[in-house]
Amino acid sequence: MPDVDIQVRVNGTLRRDTVPPRLTLADYLRERCQLTGTHLGCEHGVCGACTVLLDGQAVRACLVFAVQADGAQVTTIEGIASPDGELSPVQAAFRDHHGLQCGFCTPGFVISVTAFLRDHPDPTDEQIREGLSGNLCRCTGYQGILKAVRAAADGTSAMEETG
Amino acid sequence: MDRTRGPVDPVRAAAARYAGARVARVEDPRLLTGHGTFVDDVVRPGMLHACFVRSPLARARITGIDVSEALAVEGVHAVFTAEDLNPGVHEPWYSLAGRDVPDSPRPPLAEDEVRFVGDPVALVVAADRYLAEDAAELVVVDYEPLPPVVDYVTARESAELVFPQFARNVLGELGGRPTTELAPVFDQAPWSVRETVYQQAYAPVPIETRGLVAEWSAAGGELTIWAATQSPHEVRLFCSRLLGLPEHRIRVVMRDTGGGFGQKAVVQREDMCVMLAALKVPAALKWIEDRRENLLAAGQSRHEHGDVRMAFDADGRILAASIDYVQDVGAYPVPWPVGPSMAVGMFFPGPYRVPEGTFSITSVFSNTVGRTAYRGPWQFESVARELMLDVAARRMGMDPVELRRRNLLRRDELPYTNPVGVPYGDISPLETFEQALGMLDYEAFRKEQERARGEGRFLGVGTCTYVEPTTAGMGVHGTEGATIRIEPSGKVNVYVSGGSTGNSLETTVVQLTADALGVDIADVHTIQGDTAITPFGGGTGGSRSGSMTAGAVAETAAVLRERIAAIAAHRLEAAAEDIELVDGHARVRGVPGAGLSLAEIAAIAYLQPESLPPGMPAGLEASGRYRAESMIILANATHLCTCEVDVTTGRVTLLRYIVSEDCGPMINPSVVEGQIAGGTVQGIGGALYEHLAYDADGNPVTGTFMDYLLPTAAEVPIIEYGHVETPGPGPGGYKGVGEGGAIGAPPAVINAVADALAPFGVHITRLPLTPESIVTLVRRARESRAAEPGTVPR
Ligand code: FES
Ligand code: FES
Repeated sequence: MPDVDIQVRVNGTLRRDTVPPRLTLADYLRERCQLTGTHLGCEHGVCGACTVLLDGQAVRACLVFAVQADGAQVTTIEGIASPDGELSPVQAAFRDHHGLQCGFCTPGFVISVTAFLRDHPDPTDEQIREGLSGNLCRCTGYQGILKAVRAAADGTSAMEETG
Repeated sequence: MDRTRGPVDPVRAAAARYAGARVARVEDPRLLTGHGTFVDDVVRPGMLHACFVRSPLARARITGIDVSEALAVEGVHAVFTAEDLNPGVHEPWYSLAGRDVPDSPRPPLAEDEVRFVGDPVALVVAADRYLAEDAAELVVVDYEPLPPVVDYVTARESAELVFPQFARNVLGELGGRPTTELAPVFDQAPWSVRETVYQQAYAPVPIETRGLVAEWSAAGGELTIWAATQSPHEVRLFCSRLLGLPEHRIRVVMRDTGGGFGQKAVVQREDMCVMLAALKVPAALKWIEDRRENLLAAGQSRHEHGDVRMAFDADGRILAASIDYVQDVGAYPVPWPVGPSMAVGMFFPGPYRVPEGTFSITSVFSNTVGRTAYRGPWQFESVARELMLDVAARRMGMDPVELRRRNLLRRDELPYTNPVGVPYGDISPLETFEQALGMLDYEAFRKEQERARGEGRFLGVGTCTYVEPTTAGMGVHGTEGATIRIEPSGKVNVYVSGGSTGNSLETTVVQLTADALGVDIADVHTIQGDTAITPFGGGTGGSRSGSMTAGAVAETAAVLRERIAAIAAHRLEAAAEDIELVDGHARVRGVPGAGLSLAEIAAIAYLQPESLPPGMPAGLEASGRYRAESMIILANATHLCTCEVDVTTGRVTLLRYIVSEDCGPMINPSVVEGQIAGGTVQGIGGALYEHLAYDADGNPVTGTFMDYLLPTAAEVPIIEYGHVETPGPGPGGYKGVGEGGAIGAPPAVINAVADALAPFGVHITRLPLTPESIVTLVRRARESRAAEPGTVPR
């Protein structure tokens, strides 16, 4: 199949590319855009490590082809903090509540939670657990992540740090 | 403490500001913003991509390989088979096991026989990964199927052999005194219990799969490797032996590794292939495992069973305990699994008063994926013992808590040597046990359980108390190095082998160094995971990183403190003994205001060497190597959980989960709790969900995350932590804490389920406790006790 021309706005910047139809959005972002914060943990749609926002919706970039993003806006983990490096409330809450260890699953969680809290600004604990159940983490036992999402939802992310 | 290795350090830093505090992690900003550097993020000029052709059969003879069609694909650079790569192997042995152990074969690519589904047969190298995968499909391998040895339990009786040189499919046997010697004790004891407990295969399953990039520069004779690893120096050392390349010509780099849990502790066969192939291709070669391969070929753990016996006196005091343990090592275990399995026998008596005991250990091959290390590889000692204690308590009509209280070692009995010769000291098993029970309010739970049973709801409580070997002080794990550079501006860089694999080692090192030098944490930075830069290190494994690195930092910083004090004393015309380091200054004790900042001292050391005291070396840089002061540091903990079991659906809901842990003083409580939580949830997964399963023909049936079920946020309980603090015999009194969660959780969960199902007389000896297995257990128990109406709930 011949390559396809696409136009995608990635983290606010418009890009034009010519891509093979079978190139996944995840590989497009990682290899063509050099945005390697989008991680691949399974490539079959279960772990959530590759989650990005496609026109605002959280999607698994391993299950979407780059050509399907033609004309769309994509936000990756690199587009979540403010340009001066200040962490978003969700990112800050993960930091404050030990919501990450190896950090491999983290970009997917941050993106999923960002979309989840936008859609559920006042979630119950049950809704949070449900909302997180599409992302796998092997390091944290989800304890710090659950706390972080609660704190981000409540708008409290005071540093626990001493010193 | 051993004072013979050097003078007592006279210069003290001020009281610790950071050790013991919930310091925010220095790793987080890059990882939270997508700026970590994992191995798949590494891109090199002209980089090529590798994909393996793997065996679809559990056992077969390879009768031919045709690579011509694959080689014809545009963009394909090479297709390697065993005859291309395997002759390049020099001396492939692991530092931990040593050169001389009777290890099993580990050919990079399968030679004439494939031995499990997933066995690598050929390696395709192409311009990108899509092309490499396409071409791999075109490699034609002719197989002549052979009958596989699928079930390790019966493998010793099989007429078929996984390796012809290993009779009865046995890789190795170890043992204490013969079990028969204890037979009279078991036979004559008032209470004697015996069960065979089976644990299913499950696996570390880091969310980042394995992978590496290897780049050979033929002109310079240098090999650079970017790896997903727990041990960059072991990768370098192994690679040097494998390829016969001098160690100093190899550089291994790892910035971020996405979890390892044992699976990334040592070089595996695929890594060997990429190292060998890198010498034969014109550019860097990248291999990133996909999830299917990871579940197929990255290794299994935990697959084992034990014939367990325990004898008790009339009051429930343990008289003897023995285990005959058999582990499945698959076809290609990594590393040699025989020596490490000794820990199952050594720790089977656990933190209990066991007058007599023994064990035997047998490692058996099968035509399945090889055994790999996994967080608490000896964990079965706790599974077997703690299940048995509950079985015994039920049989004696005694509360399992009461049974344990009678047998747990008390502090006043320490030091104590367990019946197989392991010395215990600095542990607190009874304290963690009582603390956990107190946090639950055990009596109240028993009443609630009683009420619930009246309503036809089945609640249960289970515990596990264990003593855990951490920070082994021998061999390649016996030392750890650090280099600290106070730069000319007074800012500090600290170098350790380390690398980020999720265990927060960057933060730990920064905390400890800031305290040791009395400087602000923001003035300390750490560089890790690059063998060209950092001192040699034994890697992450065996719950050693925290305690060993603490030793390395302490030893190195002491040297610098002395030099700082000498420079300050010279400049301030004070005695060096009166200098203390606090808030980034060297001050004269008791003389307010008199002091020099570290920046001023560093400026003298580097920029005004003529102002140094006579004989003082210029610069402020030191390297030190800490040598472990004891063979082992013991940690201990109690896991306690409560659950509700729906006997209709078999669903287990965990209600409360309590871990009371004694890891000595904590360097960072958030990190300690994070390690406990991660291990605990892996253990919960192992007890309830995870099963790396094979069918009867040796075909894996759990090749995706749809079949291999990891716990998610929807299932996990909230973990409550209790801490008991008994300093260990090393620097700071720190003990290891990385593995324990994965040891204590499965027995606690299994015992809780068994307790919930006790009214049915259910007997649990096979894992995991999936809904299906629970429903079956309940149904069978109902059927078998149908003859005694009224004894079983309906
Ligand atoms: S990599 Fe996309 S869901 Fe796992
Ligand atoms: S932090 Fe390692 S997988 Fe989640």
